Amino acid sequence: MSKNDHLLEYSIPQLLRWRVNSTPKRPALREKDFGIWNTYTWESYYDHVRKTALGLKTIGLKKGDTIAIISDNIPELLFTAIGAHAIGAISAGIYQTSMPAEIAQIIQYLKVSVVFCDNQEQVDKVLDVRDQIPNVKKVIFEDPRGMREYMSDDWFIDIQDIYKLGDQEHSQAPNIFETLVDQGKPDDPCHLCLTSGTTGLPKGTIMTHKNYINMGMRITEVDHLEPTDEYVSFLPFAWIGEQMNSFGVAMATGITINFPESVETAMSDLKEIGPHFMFGAPRIYETIRSEIWLKIDQSYWLNKIFYNYFIKVGLEAAKYKMTGKSLPLGLKIKSWVGTQMVLRPLINQIGLLRLRRAYTGGAALGPELFTFYQAIGVNLKQIYGQTEITGIAYMHRDGDVRPETVGKPLPGTECKIADDGEILSRSASVSPGYYDLPEKSEELLEGGWLHSGDAGFIDENGHLVVIDRLSDVMHNNKEEMFSPMFLENALKFSPYIKEAVIYGDKEDFVACLVNIDPIVVGKWAEDRGISFTTYMDLSGRPEVAQLMMEQVLDVNSRAEKKHFKIKRFALLYKLLDVDDGELTKTGKIRRKFVQERYQNLYNSLYDEKMNEKEVEASFQYQDGQSTKVKTIIKFYTVKGAREI
Amino acid sequence: MAHLNISNVTLSFGGLKALSNVDMKIEPGLITSIIGPNGAGKTSMLNCISGFYHPTKGDIFYKEKKLTHASPHQVSNMGISRAFQNLELFSGLSVLDNLLLARHQNLKYNFFQAVLFYGKASRVESENRAFVEGIIDFMELEPYRKSLVGNLSYGVQKKVEVARALTLAPDILLLDEPMAGMNQEEKEDIVRFVMDIQKERGITVVLVEHDLGVVMDISDQIYVLDFGEVIGSGTPEEVAQDPKVIEAYIGED
Repeated sequence: MSKNDHLLEYSIPQLLRWRVNSTPKRPALREKDFGIWNTYTWESYYDHVRKTALGLKTIGLKKGDTIAIISDNIPELLFTAIGAHAIGAISAGIYQTSMPAEIAQIIQYLKVSVVFCDNQEQVDKVLDVRDQIPNVKKVIFEDPRGMREYMSDDWFIDIQDIYKLGDQEHSQAPNIFETLVDQGKPDDPCHLCLTSGTTGLPKGTIMTHKNYINMGMRITEVDHLEPTDEYVSFLPFAWIGEQMNSFGVAMATGITINFPESVETAMSDLKEIGPHFMFGAPRIYETIRSEIWLKIDQSYWLNKIFYNYFIKVGLEAAKYKMTGKSLPLGLKIKSWVGTQMVLRPLINQIGLLRLRRAYTGGAALGPELFTFYQAIGVNLKQIYGQTEITGIAYMHRDGDVRPETVGKPLPGTECKIADDGEILSRSASVSPGYYDLPEKSEELLEGGWLHSGDAGFIDENGHLVVIDRLSDVMHNNKEEMFSPMFLENALKFSPYIKEAVIYGDKEDFVACLVNIDPIVVGKWAEDRGISFTTYMDLSGRPEVAQLMMEQVLDVNSRAEKKHFKIKRFALLYKLLDVDDGELTKTGKIRRKFVQERYQNLYNSLYDEKMNEKEVEASFQYQDGQSTKVKTIIKFYTVKGAREI
Repeated sequence: MAHLNISNVTLSFGGLKALSNVDMKIEPGLITSIIGPNGAGKTSMLNCISGFYHPTKGDIFYKEKKLTHASPHQVSNMGISRAFQNLELFSGLSVLDNLLLARHQNLKYNFFQAVLFYGKASRVESENRAFVEGIIDFMELEPYRKSLVGNLSYGVQKKVEVARALTLAPDILLLDEPMAGMNQEEKEDIVRFVMDIQKERGITVVLVEHDLGVVMDISDQIYVLDFGEVIGSGTPEEVAQDPKVIEAYIGED
């Protein structure tokens, strides 16, 4: 029992009240607005939650009802969610990028009765499908911009009016709010979190107060956080990672959550705040790394010489640091000089200087990236878990970061590997099941264990190694197993490669489709005087193909087993995109869909006589018009890959 | 009484008449568009209103005041500001500095206050910044606040140009081809901004624009110029059916 275990007896609103009683004047939330960081103390946070809760009650939200939230990260989103929790209602996050039809489906499935939108963009989407969602009583909006035409319709209500209603209710019955908060129980459901939907329509995972609070406490048992620590909220709220921090970690530790001014300014706001810890999907770390790479490349020669030398020193030193060994004296001195001269100023430029720990989760990150971040002085660690276990089951410990593993179980989490290789876990953060899907819930929690659907094994150091989705693991026609995700990550470590799709299930060899990184390859082409117009054009250049050949050869040279070597590849003429349904909202490849869509390319990859093929690509312009273009896709065979 | 009353204005350069006997009434709170083929005198009209040119003949009244011979800064002080077709921004300054600078006429404090940055100076400067931040928020320029204008894309620079005109807190905003050279998405953005400027900030908008689709969609009143003369005016529907206008745009058969 740790000294904070009593926190587990609270619901989220009760824990918020506990924070107000212990540190009323400390900053709880900060939001950049009109160029200034505005602070909400714990006290004013609670005030806003009360107003919102009573306002929601007045417009008819009841215990057990669901309120959907479609919004960028703003404080009002937390007021609404926790306000709803306070009256026993359940919040649910919907991705801001969702299309109207998808929103309607989710609203119907979760039986939503009130929707909160941050601006007109989201309101319009809900309005589009109004006739399909008769159960929605009210749509709350935060930003009145552009809403003048809607004011006459009482389906819409300004959050300011919710506050007013709440204040009125509070002045008439001053005790009602506290009574409502008292009624909350830690095991009550409070939020429905959508799974990422790699395999179909997202499922609503039921989360309880205790799920979140327990998670917040267990993380901090591994990596201690101070109440003065800063966190920048830029992950989509609909993703478990963001809820884990705002409902769990922040409540359990008292850290301050900072909301960027807008989605576009998140990275520069991050620089202003200088957070102490951050969470992100691999894509964020891949982007930051590409940016560093690009900026160094554009820098003058002296900078480049220093960087290139000291990054090597850093990489060498990182190998010792990650395994907790002490550095030899010579390396220690060189590493210190490098850190002071190059690497500290470098990470200060990105705003990561104060960062004690960075976590990556949601999908696997290439091992080389870990070493890179550890080398520049960012303590990047892998976490592993599912929405159904509030995000985290396993994580790396400081001084024991092994890039190929996801670390050890969190305190209070029991883990085991099933006979078929599936990773199973059990903890106080495991969800009670899916909303309205009893069969799926039973499958998920069969035998009292959470079934992850991932295959993995425990290595000799007690670390978990995740192989891939149980359903994604592939076998070639000699029944040799390989993980497409693992090979894709190896490719994606190259700054020139944005995305890769590996094939080879029941085939002779491994082949892949590659997406070049338009910015990095664009710069590379510019430097060499190679002219190009569009992404399609750039992808089709023979010089670029040569560059990709080098990248693939490099990956092959590091392949652990012969059958991992990539034998054929082609450059895809378009970037895989969320809007086209090729990626999930969190950036994972929808494997089945991609394979079906590019079936003709797949066939040619495995027809070794085929060197090129004409394909018809359809393009969508910014104004929504689309056109069809014919282009030639070339297929390349890599030398040295296994011949069968 | 019209907001801006242009009566019988003629503008000649030697023997060339850029405008001849133009009458226009700009009503408060509306979007009034001036359209016409190239060289019809649209920009000359805006130049006359904003004081860059002075009409050879005729008068321009703003409310009760005559501004026929007013200089540009006097016109701007009266509450008429303008966003230029060819961007008139300081490309070496940041977006924020460009906008702050546009409000220099509102900064009234003496030398000593400025040196010590005390009392009125600091108060006025922070009020100024707060106002400009309101415009940045309105025009959604947050990501570019500290970027040098010269490094921004053309579409964003156009937005900054409109923002610069808005920082003067005008009653009338003159927009000279705000959508020229933009792609479809940027155009849609600007249209939304123009409508918001009119509806949410209550500013009278005078729009010179080539994109007829946009003009027909958002204007309350349209004047059609051709060879310096008003050949048609009225609501978008009226103008679209005016045979003279059709002839000027499509030609005789």
